[in-house]
Amino acid sequence: MLDNYIPIFLMIAVGVLFGIIMVKLNEWLGPKRPSEEKLTTYESGMEPVRTARERFSVKFYLVAVLFILFDIEVVFLYPWAVSFKSLGWLGFVTMTVFVVILFLGFVYVWRKGALEWD
Amino acid sequence: MENNYLADLWNSSPIVCVVLTGLVLLLVESVRRGSGRLSYAVSLVGLASAGVLIVAVGDVAQPAFNNMIVQGPYAQFFTVIFLVTGILTILLSRGYLDRQGIHRSEYYLLVVFAISGMMLLAYAMDLIVVFLGIELMSICLYILAGFMRTRGTSMEAALKYFLLGAFATGFLLYGIALIYGSTGTTNLEQIAKSFAEHSASPMFLVGVSFLLVAFAFKVAAVPFHMWAPDVYEGAPTMVTAFMSTGVKAAGFAAFVAVFMRSFQYAGSPVNDVLAAIAAASMIIGNVTALAQVNLKRMLAYSSVAHAGYILVGLAAGNADGFMGILFYLVAYVVVNVGAFGILSLVEDSNGQKLSYDDYAGFSAQRPFLAALMSIFMFSLAGIPPFAGFFGKYYVFLAAVKADMIWLAVLGVLTSLVSVYYYLRLVILMYFREGSGDVAVRPTWAAMLSIGFAAYLVIQFGIFPSIVVDAALKVF
Amino acid sequence: MISVEQYLALSAVMFVIGVVGVLVRRNAIIVFMSIELMLNSVNLTLVAFSAYLGDVTGQMLVFFVMTVAAAEAAVGLAIIIALYRIRQTVNIDDINILKW
Repeated sequence: MLDNYIPIFLMIAVGVLFGIIMVKLNEWLGPKRPSEEKLTTYESGMEPVRTARERFSVKFYLVAVLFILFDIEVVFLYPWAVSFKSLGWLGFVTMTVFVVILFLGFVYVWRKGALEWD
Repeated sequence: MENNYLADLWNSSPIVCVVLTGLVLLLVESVRRGSGRLSYAVSLVGLASAGVLIVAVGDVAQPAFNNMIVQGPYAQFFTVIFLVTGILTILLSRGYLDRQGIHRSEYYLLVVFAISGMMLLAYAMDLIVVFLGIELMSICLYILAGFMRTRGTSMEAALKYFLLGAFATGFLLYGIALIYGSTGTTNLEQIAKSFAEHSASPMFLVGVSFLLVAFAFKVAAVPFHMWAPDVYEGAPTMVTAFMSTGVKAAGFAAFVAVFMRSFQYAGSPVNDVLAAIAAASMIIGNVTALAQVNLKRMLAYSSVAHAGYILVGLAAGNADGFMGILFYLVAYVVVNVGAFGILSLVEDSNGQKLSYDDYAGFSAQRPFLAALMSIFMFSLAGIPPFAGFFGKYYVFLAAVKADMIWLAVLGVLTSLVSVYYYLRLVILMYFREGSGDVAVRPTWAAMLSIGFAAYLVIQFGIFPSIVVDAALKVF
Repeated sequence: MISVEQYLALSAVMFVIGVVGVLVRRNAIIVFMSIELMLNSVNLTLVAFSAYLGDVTGQMLVFFVMTVAAAEAAVGLAIIIALYRIRQTVNIDDINILKW
C-alpha cells in the first residue's frame, strides 16, 4: 500500500535536496565582502540608536488599547456572518446598529485626538 | 417576527432611551469639544424622557428579546429609583465639578451609561444580562471613581475599586458558569423551575455561593466590604453619592432578582448564610462607623450597615421582606443623595472640609442646610417620622415573621448604636461654636435637589403608603 | 478523547491560580493579569459545558466575557498608568494614602 506513495516521497526528497543544493551553491559561488553597513540590523533602514530594552512612549499603549477594543468586536461579527442567511434582514439591521454604535465610539476617539501621533 | 421585534423594542424602550442619550452625549462631545453645559442638559432631558417612557410602557409584565429581559412592575420600580438618583446626582454634580475644576462632559456620559447598566439589572431575566449589566455599571464607575486624575486619593480609589471589582466579576462569572453547567440554562425562570431538583447538586450550590460572593461585594456587605470605605473616601464626593445609592440599589435589584425571585431558597442553607452576612454587616458597619473622623468614611461604614439591614429582608425571604427591601432602598437612596449633596457643597477645592469638626457651628452659618442635614441624619438613624424608620420597621417585621427574632433584635440594637454617630453630627452643627466660616456657594439646582430629597424623606416618612402600594404591586 | 471533567479540572486549577495570584502578588499589573486568568478559566469552563450540553448559550457568553474583559483591561491599564504618573509605583502596598 505504501508503494503508492513512493512518487510523493521521491518528490519531497527531490524538493528538499534541490533547496539545500541551491542555497549551498549560492554560498560557494557568490562573492562575500561584508562591510559595517551590511551588518546593521536594518540594512539601509533606520539606524538603531539605543538598546530596545527601555521605556517607550505611552502613545504605543494608547494605540494598543484602542486596537484591542475595536478588534475584539469582531467576535460578534463572526457568528453573525456564519448565520447570515438565516438571520435575514432583522439580523442585518441589528448588526448595522451595532456597527454604528462602534463607529460613534470611533468618531469620539478620533475627534479627541487619540489617533494623532504627535 | 418583525412585529415581535418592535414590541420588544417598545418594552425595553426606557433602556434604549438611556443608551441613546449616552450615544448622543458621545456625539456631542465629538462634535463640540468641552461642551460640559450642553451635555448636562442633554443627560437631564434623556433621563427625564426615559422616565416618561417607563410610565408609558405600563406595568404589565412582558418578556422581551427571547426572555432575556422582562419589563414589568419590578423593572419599573427600580428604574424609577435609578432615574431619580441619576437626575439628582447630575443636578448636584455640575456645581461640584465646577468647584473641583473637573467639569468635563465625559462625567455625564459615564453616569448615563452606568444608569443603563443598572436598568439592565432591574430588567434581567437571564444571567447573561445580569453579567452585562453589572459590568456596564462597574466599568463606568471605575472611571468615575478616578475622575480627578491628578489627585492621588481619587486614582487610588479607582485602582482599588477596579482590582476588587474585577476580582468579584471573576467569581460572578464562575458562579454563572457552574449554574449553567448544572442546569443547562442561564435563564432565571428556567433555573427557578429546576431549582428544587438541582439544589442537591454540589456544583450548583458552589455556583450559587460564588454568585453570593459577587453580589455581597457589589452591595458592600461584610466580609466583602473592605473596598467601600477607601473607595468612598477617595472618589469625588458626587461619585460616592452615586455609588452609595445607585450602585447599591442596582446591586440589590440583581441580588433580589436572582436570589428571591428565582432561587426560592426558603429553608435552605442559603437562608442562614444570608442571615449571617446581614448580622455581620450590621455589627461591623455600625461599630466601625463610630470611630470615624471623616464624614465620607463614616457614611461608607454606615452604608455597609444599611446593606446589612436590607439583607435582613433578603434573609427573611418572605413577602414582607421583599416589601421591606423595596421600601428601605427608596428611603436609603433618597437620604444618601441628599446627605452627600450637602457634603459636596461644603467640601473645598482641595478635597478638605469633610470631617465632623468642620461642621461645628454649621447651623449658625447655613441654617437651612443644617436643618436638611439633620433630617437626613435622623432618617439614617431610623427615627420617626422620617422614611428610614419605616424601612427598618418593615425589614425587622419580616425577620420576626420568618422566625428570625434574633436578627430583628440585633438590628434594633445596632440601630441604637448608630444613633450615636449620626446625632453627633447634628449636635456639632447646633451646639458647638464654629472655628472658621464655611464657604458654601450652592447652585440653585443643587439646593433644589437637596430640598427635593428632604421633601421625599418626610413625605415617605409620614405617608409610607405611597411606596408601600407601589411595592405591593411589584410582588 | 478529553472528557468534560478534565476540562473542568483544568479550568478550576486555573481559577484557583488566578485567585491565589490576586491575593499574593503585590504588583498591580500582575494582580490584574491574575484576574484575567480567572476570567479565561471561566471561558474554558463555559466552552466545556457548552460542548458537553450541546447548547450554544455558553459559547455566546464567552463572546461577551471576552469583550467585557477587553474593556476592563483598557480601563484598568489606564487607571494603573494614571496612578503611576502620580505615585511612580504600581506596588499595591505602597498605594496607601487611604488605609485598606
